[in-house]
Amino acid sequence: MNGYVLRRAGTSLITLFGATIVVFLGVRALPGDPAVALSPENPSPGVLHAIRVQYGLDKPLPTQYVVWLGRALHGDLGTSPKTGLPVTQTLMERVPITAELAILALVIAVAIGVPAGILAAVKRGSLPDYLCSTAALGGLSVPHFWLGILLILAFAVHVPILPASGFVPITDPAGNLSHMILPAVVLGTGLAAVVMRQMRSAMLDSLGADYVRTARAKGMSEWTVVGVHALRNSLVTVVTVVGLQLGVLISGAVITEQIFIIPGIGKLTIDSVFNRDYPSLQGVVLITATGYIVVNLLVDIAYSLLNPRIRVAGGAR
Amino acid sequence: MTAAPATAERPRTGGRTRRKFLRRPPAVIGLIGVVVVIVVALLAPWIAPYDPDTIQATTVLSPPLTGGHLLGTDDLGRDMLSRLFVGARASLAAGVLATVLGLLVAVPLGLLAGYYRGWQDSAISRVVDVVLSFPFLVIAVGLAAILGPSLSNEVIALAVAQVPVFVRVTRGEVLGLRELEYVGAAVVNGAPDRVVLFRHILPNTLNPLVVQATVAIPNAIIGASVLSFLGLGEQPPTPSWGTMLSDAQQYISQAPWFAVFPGLAIALTTLSFNLFGDGLRDVLDVRMRS
Amino acid sequence: MSARLEVAGLRVRFDTDEGSVLAVNGVSFALRPGGVLGLVGESGCGKSVTAMALLGLLPPTAAAEGSVRLDGRELVGLPQRELRQIRGREISMIFQEPMTSLNPAFTVGFQIAEVLRRHEGLKRVPAWERATELLDLVRIPEPGKRVGEYPHQMSGGMRQRVMIAMAVACNPKVLLADEPTTALDVTIQAQVLDIMRDLREQLGTSIVLITHDLGVVADIAEDVVVMYAGHVVESGGVDTVFANPRHPYTIGLLGSVPRPDIGAAEGGGRLREIPGFVPTLREPPAACVFAPRCARADAVCQDGMPPLSEQGPGQYAACVHPGPAAVTASGGAHE
Repeated sequence: MNGYVLRRAGTSLITLFGATIVVFLGVRALPGDPAVALSPENPSPGVLHAIRVQYGLDKPLPTQYVVWLGRALHGDLGTSPKTGLPVTQTLMERVPITAELAILALVIAVAIGVPAGILAAVKRGSLPDYLCSTAALGGLSVPHFWLGILLILAFAVHVPILPASGFVPITDPAGNLSHMILPAVVLGTGLAAVVMRQMRSAMLDSLGADYVRTARAKGMSEWTVVGVHALRNSLVTVVTVVGLQLGVLISGAVITEQIFIIPGIGKLTIDSVFNRDYPSLQGVVLITATGYIVVNLLVDIAYSLLNPRIRVAGGAR
Repeated sequence: MTAAPATAERPRTGGRTRRKFLRRPPAVIGLIGVVVVIVVALLAPWIAPYDPDTIQATTVLSPPLTGGHLLGTDDLGRDMLSRLFVGARASLAAGVLATVLGLLVAVPLGLLAGYYRGWQDSAISRVVDVVLSFPFLVIAVGLAAILGPSLSNEVIALAVAQVPVFVRVTRGEVLGLRELEYVGAAVVNGAPDRVVLFRHILPNTLNPLVVQATVAIPNAIIGASVLSFLGLGEQPPTPSWGTMLSDAQQYISQAPWFAVFPGLAIALTTLSFNLFGDGLRDVLDVRMRS
Repeated sequence: MSARLEVAGLRVRFDTDEGSVLAVNGVSFALRPGGVLGLVGESGCGKSVTAMALLGLLPPTAAAEGSVRLDGRELVGLPQRELRQIRGREISMIFQEPMTSLNPAFTVGFQIAEVLRRHEGLKRVPAWERATELLDLVRIPEPGKRVGEYPHQMSGGMRQRVMIAMAVACNPKVLLADEPTTALDVTIQAQVLDIMRDLREQLGTSIVLITHDLGVVADIAEDVVVMYAGHVVESGGVDTVFANPRHPYTIGLLGSVPRPDIGAAEGGGRLREIPGFVPTLREPPAACVFAPRCARADAVCQDGMPPLSEQGPGQYAACVHPGPAAVTASGGAHE
């Protein structure tokens, strides 16, 4: 098992390395002179030159990359010319906000998706199945930002019980939650649909399996048959799928935070694109990719723990 | 009951497939929706009751069913229905073109990786891994920002963002097909790679790819509307559903319909594609690999 | 006569898109405590469906009629709640596929202990200990170690023994064994049969052995019921029926068993097949269901499915032209 984890971690490291190159080159491919972007408004040629030297922009690209990577590894992602704050500091403030949003969305998605998926599978072909399946397709089809606007319309404009937008730090839990609930619902809806569909198909597979017939023949209660024998095998698949949805969650967060004006990394991404705030953009994209790669790795390890066949096979698949 | 052997050479069962499809009401509804959207997009200039770009100060933000405007008007007094009709073009173009373009790039890469395995596979798979570590929307927004805002750049950005998933699906299919006996037999009998790839493998990857495309198109439509919403897609005054929604955001309490209709158009279009795709997947009996 | 399990006129009807199909049509037999009955037939003849009906585990599209009495208690029509108390405790089952019939996500110990916790009310630890004993009973070496293993860590024969341990955990009155040895290789088959024989002697379990393998039936069963297309075509003591089969189908089946003792010269060396196909199970049979494949079939056979009639002491056959094998041979059924 250790061999599998090590090998998997090695691949992740290579992927991460590739990601840093893409981020580095990608940001340099954006239109505009990075030196101009890094400097305060209307810089003089002298200031520009000083900045080029300071950031090593006068050196060849590979050298620049090594310097940049070295600094990034030490936690130095540069300073935002827009705010004058170190990018690392901004990220440390903003990552937890998006993380909270993502976790809330995940909770909503699992709380809706897992039971709905089980129900649809157990009652396959009946009205509850059709309702759940159709609702899931609806959830997949509704664009986040439109759902956000509709929810604002419903709960902030029509029946004003929740704030339309903005953010309150978690030090005020009630205020924080009241601002987070609508965005979390928006972000969780699409994910709930994905979870539900995966859960349904995994449960259908399990419920048709021979071992479920065995459990029934042993006289186990239907609760045990569905909730222990079928569910355990289905959860393995669903955990994997949910883990791989992190990218989708971040994509969703980008637009959801924009609508609800939540200062997470999603909004930071868009803001830095429009403000041409390249150090921030570089930092936020790098942190997103790193997060994705790490979560993928963790999901794979969790999968190998949950699925004893892989654990013993040592990832020989 | 024994499972049907996984023969790749499926008999021609067009008629039966069609009947199976037609027996699924949701799939048929989806198909009808898709056809309607395509027809509306094609005929938009002729069926739109008004010129979609004509600004009329006297009718700013009129509610639906007033002043001869079925769905009301926007903040510049333009007819909503006409703008929705014309806006269908940008959304559909982005969704379909981005998917087709993405497939054109991805399928050869997937074939290469799955068929030759070896270093080609390692190289392609690593790159795919790297690109996949960036969220779809971040790639699309980043590329759109690099390329500059326009409909064609929006299409390119979405196409590139879709490539990694398509490569993975194609590669997975090819790996599976390569194991089949008749492919092995063809290789042993000295059939050139070209023949094996294009006669034996490619045709059998079509069903899964078609199904994948029906999932990708609605995703691309939503992605396109997001890019437009952010101002990175179709530029004003040409309407697109995303920009209409973005314009509507500030009038949300005065003119809710302004925000409701474009979103509804996006949602119904993507729902139609999703229903159609689900039905197709069931009928073609394709198992989705994620 | 006090029968442990008494099945009378069992019918199982499936609702399909093309109308209803009778997969089992009038099966009757009785089993004494400690008795072993072989239920024999080709695949698709309804023998597995019969077993599932005995357990009350038919799919939602199927319904059973008739009577199944366990120690006099009627099981047909019993609510699932009560059937669940009987399944695994009074009637249990071993399936044909040892590779897939165990849950891959749980240790074999958990899966055996689960039955004991459900039916015997054992707590976790005693149930686990009992599971270890049961593994020992089915002759799994190092049961203390094996009990904590997952199914994929075991061979097919080992898994089938785990299935048996699970099935006999609560000392059931009746054990249904559906092709318990088919998926196993020959030496393992013999071991599994030995274990079942021992269990029957030690625990007094009655066994219904469902199989197409007549050798296994001859080896272990006392009575045999031959099924064809949902109908019982012949039944009786194993010795009687095998020595003197009366129904042409039974004769054909016996003829298709390789008999090394007879030798190739007499035509026993090769497996003989009965020509033709099993008919679809529409109701009601307008003619004898076996007639299309039967060399003896004539106009009388087209009048309907003949009832079982007594052929000798305890031997019954559903045939209007019953007779010894010699008649068939001269009738030219098999070359």
